[in-house]
Amino acid sequence: MNAMALPVILASAAALIFISAVGLVLSRAAAGRIFVYGASLAVSVAALVVAVAALLSQDPEQVLTYPFGLPWLGAHFRLDALSAFFLAVVNLGGATASLYALGYGRHEHAPQRVLPFYPLFLAAMNLVVVADDAFTFLFAWEFMSLSSWALVVAHDRERENLHAGYVYIVMASFGTLALLLAFGLLAGADGAFSFAAIRDGDHASALTSLVVILVLIGTGSKAGLVPLHAWLPLAHPAAPSHVSALLSGVMTKVAVYAFVRIVFDLIGAPPWWTSLLVLALAGITCVMGVLYALMQHDLKRLLAYHTVENIGIIFIGLGLALAFQSYGFRAAAALAFTAALLHVLNHSLFKNLLFLGSGAVLTATGERDMEKLGGLIHGMPLTAFTFLVGCVAISALPPLNGFVSEWLTFQAILLSPELPSWSLKFLVPAVGALLALSAALAAACFVKAFGVTFLGRPRSKEAANPRETDPFSLTSMFALAGLCLLAGILPGLFIDALAPTATAMVGESMPLQRDLPYLSIVPIAARGISYNGLLVFGFMVLAATAAVALIHGLATRSVRRGPAWDCGYPDPRPETQYTASSFAQPIRRVFGTLVFRAREEVTMPPPGATSAARLTVRLTDVLWDTLYAPIGVFVERIASWVNPLQFLSIRHYLSFVFAALVGLLFVLALWP
Amino acid sequence: MILNLAVQAAQMLLVLALAPLLIGFVRKVKARLLLRQGPPLLQPYRDFVRLLRKEVVLANNASWLFRAIPYLIFAATWVAAALVPTFASGLIFSWSADLIAIVALLGTARFLLALAGLDIGTSFGGIGSSREVMIATIAEPAMLMIVFTLALVAGTTQLSAMAEFLSSGESGLRVSLGMALIALIMVAIAENARIPVDNPATHLELTMVHEAMVLEYSGRHLALIDLAAELKLLLYLSLIACLFLPWGIAPPGAPLAALALGIAAYIAKLAALGFLLGLFETSIAKMRVFRVPDFLGVALMLGLLATLLMFVSRSH
Repeated sequence: MNAMALPVILASAAALIFISAVGLVLSRAAAGRIFVYGASLAVSVAALVVAVAALLSQDPEQVLTYPFGLPWLGAHFRLDALSAFFLAVVNLGGATASLYALGYGRHEHAPQRVLPFYPLFLAAMNLVVVADDAFTFLFAWEFMSLSSWALVVAHDRERENLHAGYVYIVMASFGTLALLLAFGLLAGADGAFSFAAIRDGDHASALTSLVVILVLIGTGSKAGLVPLHAWLPLAHPAAPSHVSALLSGVMTKVAVYAFVRIVFDLIGAPPWWTSLLVLALAGITCVMGVLYALMQHDLKRLLAYHTVENIGIIFIGLGLALAFQSYGFRAAAALAFTAALLHVLNHSLFKNLLFLGSGAVLTATGERDMEKLGGLIHGMPLTAFTFLVGCVAISALPPLNGFVSEWLTFQAILLSPELPSWSLKFLVPAVGALLALSAALAAACFVKAFGVTFLGRPRSKEAANPRETDPFSLTSMFALAGLCLLAGILPGLFIDALAPTATAMVGESMPLQRDLPYLSIVPIAARGISYNGLLVFGFMVLAATAAVALIHGLATRSVRRGPAWDCGYPDPRPETQYTASSFAQPIRRVFGTLVFRAREEVTMPPPGATSAARLTVRLTDVLWDTLYAPIGVFVERIASWVNPLQFLSIRHYLSFVFAALVGLLFVLALWP
Repeated sequence: MILNLAVQAAQMLLVLALAPLLIGFVRKVKARLLLRQGPPLLQPYRDFVRLLRKEVVLANNASWLFRAIPYLIFAATWVAAALVPTFASGLIFSWSADLIAIVALLGTARFLLALAGLDIGTSFGGIGSSREVMIATIAEPAMLMIVFTLALVAGTTQLSAMAEFLSSGESGLRVSLGMALIALIMVAIAENARIPVDNPATHLELTMVHEAMVLEYSGRHLALIDLAAELKLLLYLSLIACLFLPWGIAPPGAPLAALALGIAAYIAKLAALGFLLGLFETSIAKMRVFRVPDFLGVALMLGLLATLLMFVSRSH
């Protein structure tokens, strides 16, 4: 079976492309929806099984070459531990999203714009992860960008979706450009584009620094590193919810894969100071992402901004791994690297879950604006439960999985005083503080997301009578919630599965967790530090059930319903509740005045008038205004400046061609 | 093994039994300082039993989550409190969670409590939750910075190992430890909703935070939430005691006499800290809500400075 792993993955990519063709033909029929999502589910599950089997077998490496692509190069594919792990993440996301879409897709009003592209998108992500030469990689990468772009603009009737699609395609092309340059530099003048050749090549240190920066731009723009995140919160929410889940939960992880593959595998040992760059960007990304998220009241946009934060956490781990690796601290590098990859898996689990939950809310109420939701827990208790699990997990709270990967990252930070570089000694504690701050802000953000959406009283007619979502969606969400719990209480299983990947990338792996008693996990051998999620969870369950049993048995269990107390002044109007904006007001005041130049203005009616007072909140997106807007203005100015060139006569164009030819010959003549 | 298990069990029950007494003691100290008689020391126990017997009055639109949350908060806080060494350091389950996990468990409890504040959809509940998370966004990173400092001093994040290291005197006097202690006290005051951050004695005040969140709770639910709050105060005082006053804590495998001495020392330390808390609270006025971030910002900066010092002083 193992020898067949790579062919199976490639065959499943081909099958997905075939499914897409069928989807094109049957796009308007109900059968088309069932076929596309059902078949995607089957293919993803098969690929998932193969990927997990390959990951668990100690030496999964396989190479295949096909005679298409560039004629002198061919198409190279390779499966190793790193690819196998990311294949598992991609196909797990694909399987749960497809299962969910079997039910959710029924509400799609433009299926012909979704069905053909959905399997293509899945196929592209699979291909990126197994590509083994620069051409195939970039081809698959662009394929992934374009198919996801088509899904982002699926609902093209809404103006802002078109804007989102536009910003996305510009940023995606920019990112690909950076990657293209990076590969060009790595391949050198001979055009050694296969990854094996790049890996064996000898790269000068100045060159690798430049490549790391380019790769950071290229993959960071896809993953959502600040300041390259601008497209992400626009594009992810615009797509249908199961696609949003894939964009946020999975595609950003493919970008992380690309970073790891190029920086850790192909370059091998970049100069130490590149880790400074990665760490600084990652720390800023964490806090900015979660602060942006806190300011949102669109549920899906909040989740999308929160992806930015989690990408920051992942890159903190990767940056630490780079720093440790360049000074030869193998065990610490393995810890930081494993923490990052574990967070990749964890984030894909809970972000998928939360986006699927937001889709269920959207189906039930037609609303993504939290200011119009509320009280959904009564009508959709099961969705509320799974969403709550996702919220606790993403806020890095024990006993769920988000905590484990952040805990490992903290442990890696605590090992970094050993690093000899002074700039790292100053930067790493600051990054640790930013990580701690973003973890606390994330909890605030998800109290808001869950509390305003699911708790309280309905704030609109639409939210008053929600219906529980369909069984397919529920199965998918419960599966993800179960995995969140499993990865939280038995993290050792997942850490051990990552051991071959860590060994391949940083030369060592974390201590084998399965050898430890009672399923604890330890970050570093012989340090006496451990965490046992199972025991913490067991104790909590035990304490809670004991409390319930004792109190119900010995005291009383009687309940009376009555009106709310509210200090004697209950007001039945739902407007008197806290809203998403008012919930975030204290945090906006503490952090927002600095980061967003938040201004609040209260306009009181003149004395005696009965009109309402108005509170206006102004937030400035400083990054957009100082970075993106000037570039946009600049490009537009150049474009209007060269615009007359489009309306010249043929004589002018011929003279341009002639001048260009002469100029190029001149350059060639002068070239040393 | 059996003895260790017994020590762990004794410790879990001890914190549960002592927590209401500590609150009663602090209240008594505050009352005596104001020249009042004050409620008897055992009043919190009586309140607890009475609340347990009363029926629960639930708001009409309270959800299942609202009813589950008191038990979950109690469980998370109790598990966290059980992992802090009180009178003996070699707790048999101490390896199951380190100090970061203990802080995070309290975070879980707070997350759930803030959700409970939003469940009924009243304005008081919302104001409490929103301010609680605002306070937590600074208190939690400050606490983690303190943990970082202690972990770098002791070389581990495992609390019992930390306590053993600090009590051995190997660490000596360090500036970082002093800063961490001040920051920890500030965080403890904020986390336990004490004056000057919040007023535990208030019941109808626009500045209340903790009480506003639990306003809709009654009967056994309220009893559990109060018990969890009492446990949390005890946890923070035990934490300060075991890290910064580590005398008398029985080492692992100590004879029964040492354990008895440990218990006596522990109660004495709690009494001293509780007295100081009462004294501090009566001598200071409550702050405006938007002064709290400045107050906690100082704690965060102290924690960060202490951590930076530890990073810099480890030069190789």
